[in-house]
Amino acid sequence: MADGVAAADAGHDTFPKLLLRNAEIRGERPAMREKDLGIWQTWSWKDVLAEIRAFSVGLAQIGLKRGDKVAIVGQNRPRLYWSMCAAQAIGAVPVPLYADSVAEEMAFVLAHAEVVAAIVEDQEQVDKLLSVAAEVPLLKTIVYDDPRGLRDYDPEHLFSFERVQEKGREHLAASPGAKGEWEAGIGRGKGSDLAILLYTSGTTGRPKGVMLSFDNLVISAENGNRFDHLGESEEVVAYLPMAWVGDHIFSYAQSYCAGYCVACPESPETVIQDRRELGPTYFFAPPRVFENLLTMIMVRMEDAGRLQYRMFHAFMALARRVGEKILNGEKVPARDRLLYRLGEILVYGPVKNRLGFSRLKVGYTAGEAIGPEIFRFYRALGVNLKQLYGQTEASVYITMQPDGEIHADTVGTPAPQVEIKIAESGEVLYRSPGVFLGYYKQEEATAATKTADGWVHTGDAGFFDAAGHLKIIDRAKDVGKLTDGSLFPPKYVENKLKFYPNIKEAVAFGADRDMVCCFVNIDLTAVGSWAERNNISYASYQELSQHPEVIGQVREHVDQVNRDLAAEPMMAGAQIHRFLVLHKELDADDGELTRTQKVRRSFIAERYGELIEALYDGSEMVHARTEVTFEDGRKGMIAADVKIIEMTVHEPMRADRPALAEAAE
Amino acid sequence: MRVDAEGGGPGAAPKKGEERITGEVLLSIDDISLSFGGVKAISHVSFDIRKGEIRAIIGPNGAGKTSMLNVINGFYHPQEGTITFKGETRAKMRPYVAASQGIARTFQNVALFKGMSTLDNIMSGRSLKMHRNFFWQMLWFGPAQREEIAHRRRVEEIIDFLEIEHIRKTPVGKLPYGLQKRVELGRALAMEPDLLLLDEPMAGMNLEEKEDMSRFIIDVSDQFGTTIALIEHDMGVVMDLSDRVVVLDYGSKIADGTPDEVRGNQKVIDAYLGVAH
Repeated sequence: MADGVAAADAGHDTFPKLLLRNAEIRGERPAMREKDLGIWQTWSWKDVLAEIRAFSVGLAQIGLKRGDKVAIVGQNRPRLYWSMCAAQAIGAVPVPLYADSVAEEMAFVLAHAEVVAAIVEDQEQVDKLLSVAAEVPLLKTIVYDDPRGLRDYDPEHLFSFERVQEKGREHLAASPGAKGEWEAGIGRGKGSDLAILLYTSGTTGRPKGVMLSFDNLVISAENGNRFDHLGESEEVVAYLPMAWVGDHIFSYAQSYCAGYCVACPESPETVIQDRRELGPTYFFAPPRVFENLLTMIMVRMEDAGRLQYRMFHAFMALARRVGEKILNGEKVPARDRLLYRLGEILVYGPVKNRLGFSRLKVGYTAGEAIGPEIFRFYRALGVNLKQLYGQTEASVYITMQPDGEIHADTVGTPAPQVEIKIAESGEVLYRSPGVFLGYYKQEEATAATKTADGWVHTGDAGFFDAAGHLKIIDRAKDVGKLTDGSLFPPKYVENKLKFYPNIKEAVAFGADRDMVCCFVNIDLTAVGSWAERNNISYASYQELSQHPEVIGQVREHVDQVNRDLAAEPMMAGAQIHRFLVLHKELDADDGELTRTQKVRRSFIAERYGELIEALYDGSEMVHARTEVTFEDGRKGMIAADVKIIEMTVHEPMRADRPALAEAAE
Repeated sequence: MRVDAEGGGPGAAPKKGEERITGEVLLSIDDISLSFGGVKAISHVSFDIRKGEIRAIIGPNGAGKTSMLNVINGFYHPQEGTITFKGETRAKMRPYVAASQGIARTFQNVALFKGMSTLDNIMSGRSLKMHRNFFWQMLWFGPAQREEIAHRRRVEEIIDFLEIEHIRKTPVGKLPYGLQKRVELGRALAMEPDLLLLDEPMAGMNLEEKEDMSRFIIDVSDQFGTTIALIEHDMGVVMDLSDRVVVLDYGSKIADGTPDEVRGNQKVIDAYLGVAH
């Protein structure tokens, strides 16, 4: 553990203390940016300190006390990040919530966390909170950032962010000791204090509140910074949900530790454009974001002129061959190296610029396994994309890929100060300074996850390969077997399908059955654009999804996946025998995906029982009726006839085929 | 939200309607008649629009609603009657006078510059407010630049207001219909009008787009205090949005009053449902 960080590193063991340090040693450096009225506005660490101090003192003025829980609800806004630090400075505990969760979901967390005040983005969130006011009697105070539309609301329990800051400034001006008192209050905070409550989106059951201490977060963030040599000159874009641990580490903890600058996009729709303008040096995204970006590029290339189209594909073929080797510093023939440089000017550079990756030092993906083809695409372009494996309960870091040791199918070696062991059942366990204090008010769940000596069950099955890299196959409980005994890891099959730009989501079934069958969700962006180019008219998602040509395309992809699977002896049994294209997009509002967009397998199995039945009983068509939830919360029914397609299964291939050679690499 | 506020709402804040509408008449139409050759489009219609209110003009197809808007902003010149706007009585409006006096409108079919970006389209709504002459604009630096920056700021506020940041630089021809309607509203708002005429702002929209647009109309009235006259077919939307409704049928006014009064009016029911003569 020589590379670890001492807990009380020079006494800066909480975020408010780190804020004071940053304002002192790098007061003029940018800490936060936000695009307002089309222009980037910047706050230095000194400015941020002044803003947070005024707000924090103001919060105390309106009655917030040490130990109180404060909900933070909204998209990534500077003021919401400041609110977290402001709350922590007076000893209150922030509880960030997913901004897009519906009112009932919010009510559960608010009540469970015993939240007394909420700091929210806008009218939408205020309305949600007011609508569940009866269920959360403890919630007394609401502070909002954007005053729009809130003019006629009851002002008694509602404060604008400015109003609270004003109260803070008045108090600071009126009593000369107030500033010192506030700083003394920060000084009383300890690293072992509860820093934040993060509710996990929960693939099963109600969300659980993960309690993380300042020590957990500060040590993990320092380790992460050291591992990738991140300093005060980094720029990041904060666009992931603030309630997700990834964003908390990356846009808050690491920024406070290293002193780097965090930028908030103008609106969720402008993230890609904003990222391009900023050129972040450090980037963290779940695989879905990389998938979407890749889909976007592929769709645009389909619309490009012939010259661009051919140039793109010619240079991408070269990049796939040598790009990753060049990035890893391996030997590459001089001719290829030269051509790659030309490609950098003509193709890779412009593509990276379009994605906002021009200045990227290191990018991470985590949260779910990324399709190897997607991963290689970015690596081939020269983007230093790496994988890490983490959990909320670990303050993110469990394993990370060190530079130069990147493999698409592993998640790297144990992160600094992390110990890992594999249980008999194949489940991965870890122990680290980032290990959470426990689940809030759920001792039983805590005991089931965290052993007395600090080991935490991840719930994932995996193993270490010969090079000491961890390989995650799937959720431990999801890896199943077919009735003939062959292995069935659903996610592995699904990810292969999801690489195709026109497939958005796939759900494979097969555990304890005699064959693998699959649901496929088409990607409306990609397929819609294809339909437009080919003059195929459609009235709805249902109709497009059942169009014979669309099904034909999906059928080709499934066939290719089957060929790939047949090429790997272990996986040959998991080939897809029958599939259908779902008539409805899987949606978090209907509970089919989690808020972080992961498939909720068991829920889907229940909801679409009749479709699964039809997959296995040999029928060629099934009539489906499904309830959907609209954005405003009302429910409706959609009905469709869904075709079921039979596939031919390939013989397991011989070892001399190139596909296998590549897989074994 | 609006329903809440008017029904007493969650708090003791002053009722929106009372505060916003001063009762002062902004525009009054007196005994207007308009005909095209032998076709009578409007006959002897009178009504007024009070400062700050949302006034709906409804009626079946061909009732003369759009003609009415065209008379108000001077596209059509009525043969009889007078228009009084801001205390000045005229026999007819002229489009230029209407625009410079603070009347802005949107159209039933989107009438934007399709090849220009959202930003430029909305900026074009500011052209009447730009005062530097051609020479200065060509020179660009100095006063013209300062002027442009000031106008751009105002336009950016409108972009922020309408939540269309992500399409700022997109040519409007590539945008979906609902967004084009929003851009058109943005351009009208850029004129900072005293009276905003909306010709079927929600035609051809889906439910979600209609809800968005309704919210924007309420917000415009609420935040900028703009007086709004709108034509709309969706009765639900009209009844929820407007303070007062005037109903036209075959060019004549058949009812005028609050949504509730109009809803119960037998003539209106007959006009909409049809009646056996």
